[in-house]
Amino acid sequence: MEALFRAERVNKSFTGHQALKEVSIEVPEGSIFGLLGPNGAGKTTLIRIINQITAPDSGSILLRGKPLQREDVFRIGYLPEERGLYKKMKVGEQALYLAQLKGLSRAEALKRLREWFTKFEIENWWNKKVEELSKGMQQKVQFIVTIVHQPDLIIFDEPFSGFDPINVNLLKSEILNLKAQGSTIIFSTHNMASVEELCDHIVLINKAQTILKGSVQEIKQAYKSDTFEADLTGLQMPASDIRLNGYEILGIEETLEGISRIRVRIATGESPNTLLKSLLQYGELHGFREIIPSMNDIFIQRVNEDKARI
Amino acid sequence: MKKIKLIIIREYLVRVRKRSFIIMTFLGPILMAALMIVPIWLAQNADESASIGVVDESGIFLESFAQTENIQVSFLDESIAEAKANFGNSGFDVLLYIPKTELNVPEKGILYSNKQPSIIIKSFVEDNMKRQVESLKLSTSGIDENVLRSIKTSISLTTIKIQDDGTEKKTFTEVSMVLGLFSGILIYFFIFIFGSQVMRGVIEEKTNRIVEVIVSSVKPFQLLMGKIVGVALVGLTQFLLWIILTAALFMLFKMGFGDSLQLDSSAMMGNSAQAKEMMEGQMNMGAAKAFEMISSINFGVMIFSFLFYFLGGYLLYSALFAAIGAAVDNETDTQQFMLPVTIPLILAIVVAQMVIQNPEGPISFWFSIIPFTSPIIMMIRIPFGVPYEEILLSVVLLIAGFVGAVWLAGKIYRTGILMYGKKVTYGELWKWIRYKG
Repeated sequence: MEALFRAERVNKSFTGHQALKEVSIEVPEGSIFGLLGPNGAGKTTLIRIINQITAPDSGSILLRGKPLQREDVFRIGYLPEERGLYKKMKVGEQALYLAQLKGLSRAEALKRLREWFTKFEIENWWNKKVEELSKGMQQKVQFIVTIVHQPDLIIFDEPFSGFDPINVNLLKSEILNLKAQGSTIIFSTHNMASVEELCDHIVLINKAQTILKGSVQEIKQAYKSDTFEADLTGLQMPASDIRLNGYEILGIEETLEGISRIRVRIATGESPNTLLKSLLQYGELHGFREIIPSMNDIFIQRVNEDKARI
Repeated sequence: MKKIKLIIIREYLVRVRKRSFIIMTFLGPILMAALMIVPIWLAQNADESASIGVVDESGIFLESFAQTENIQVSFLDESIAEAKANFGNSGFDVLLYIPKTELNVPEKGILYSNKQPSIIIKSFVEDNMKRQVESLKLSTSGIDENVLRSIKTSISLTTIKIQDDGTEKKTFTEVSMVLGLFSGILIYFFIFIFGSQVMRGVIEEKTNRIVEVIVSSVKPFQLLMGKIVGVALVGLTQFLLWIILTAALFMLFKMGFGDSLQLDSSAMMGNSAQAKEMMEGQMNMGAAKAFEMISSINFGVMIFSFLFYFLGGYLLYSALFAAIGAAVDNETDTQQFMLPVTIPLILAIVVAQMVIQNPEGPISFWFSIIPFTSPIIMMIRIPFGVPYEEILLSVVLLIAGFVGAVWLAGKIYRTGILMYGKKVTYGELWKWIRYKG
């Protein structure tokens, strides 16, 4: 797939420290791209560079293969992590103002905002002052304002923080909708569960440098550790006495009444069928699966490895 | 440009719709009108009635005090000790004691009272004693009082300015002073009021974090300029409304009180006979002179220069105020940066007095050239007439000043609005100014 957005070898220093060092990312069109990293890794700086709020010291930023221009801000939507609205302004008026700043005509902005307000069932907020809304309500308005000008590239920085689970689901489905309609999304979060749910590709930045990137599927495959998990009942002996010849038992625990969960690592390249067969002699098998590391585990593992490196 | 327009409109509308703007719009003219009307009104109603008991041991003042409607004078035929003893139930407000002296004319008196006597009573007693003593001295020296009166002369100096084209123009120094000081102070207040509105606007956007959304759509500089221009328009609107409303209020008041106002205004000058004379003299010239005075003001030049110096000064200072707003996290942190910015403004007001006394002096010249003080000081000087080359120099420097201030503020602003939770020092600001891109 053609990359909609590309950053190549971007460097950015502030006096005293380097915020980004030779960072390159490539965001395929129509995908959701996870921008991950611990606090202070340089994510916000990168996002600000994409939004032309700050300029990189070196490196190139390309949208559809062309260097980013000032007018391109109309094709980008940005929902910052630290976000707010004018408290004393009316919701509708404010949404109109922000949409017009993104290049929409007044009439067009009005029409589209009405549609979105109806879709989110918040039409009756139009004439309320922002300060009368709860934080979650304000975030809905901010979400609408971010995407109302139908940008090619949308950047969400921690979009779910402050939402209740129902609204998180509403938002997730809207994000997937946007993707289905062809929008490309950069998604920055610390919530790894939502990364697995939504992202196609990720980059992991730590201390200004890229330490991991690729498609979520590939990364998870690459981080498999040949570990399997089996649930057994009716064990013939105490669980701790189980010995599987040649296999490394990582742990045994009793999950529910009578069910023992055993985690075993097999040698790389070996077939799991052999393991399965030897397990069957100990009891009734209720479940057997390969352990795929979660993005959370990978995140922690990689960042810790990186810490050791330095 | 379209975006700056959007920002200007928002900044303007948000402020004009505010309750505080509407209140200020009506309160301003009421306060200004009150400033003009209240002293007159007070003077009309301040006629204090008092009765004075006099114990005159010298015996030369007997019945020489001019009785007035409000001040009753009674000469007592008792010793001061008795009079003091009876003072409580005598019904007098004050007791004047003129002791006998070695000289044949006494020049001293003592006022007894149970509370501080008012300045009106004091000056009444002084005037009367002085007149009597003076006429006594005159007659002992053999000078006829009538001769002396005929010698007294009041010089009336008409000031005429010869203009460059050779025509002559009557000028009125007092009018220039009042006008200059008034417009200078008005500019001072406008710069403060609207400059700090810009600052608060910046702080608001920064603290509620909307600024990050906005600068992803527009350049920080556009946002800054939009805000400054929007607030300037608010200022101009308010100024215009004030002029209209003040004029309307004053008209209304004049219609209501009619002519009694003019005559009674002499009461403002106190009771001194000289002042009365002077006032009456002026009154005789009356409306013709007032008209002449007003027409001596070049309103075209005044309004034009007021607008220029207001806008110039406002642009310069509001840019600096905006930079302060961008550098801090909340309003309480602004103090350390406010001081150096406000010092020139306050200094200008301090030297204003000197400038009025001597509008051509070196202090006047320099303060009206330096952009930080020129909006106020030049405005004070303009009614007196300022050479064109000085005005030109001051205008050019003020323009350069605000362009520089806006440029500098833009640099601080750009970095500051996205910087949180950091205690900003001057060194830090200097770093921000040097950041590129």
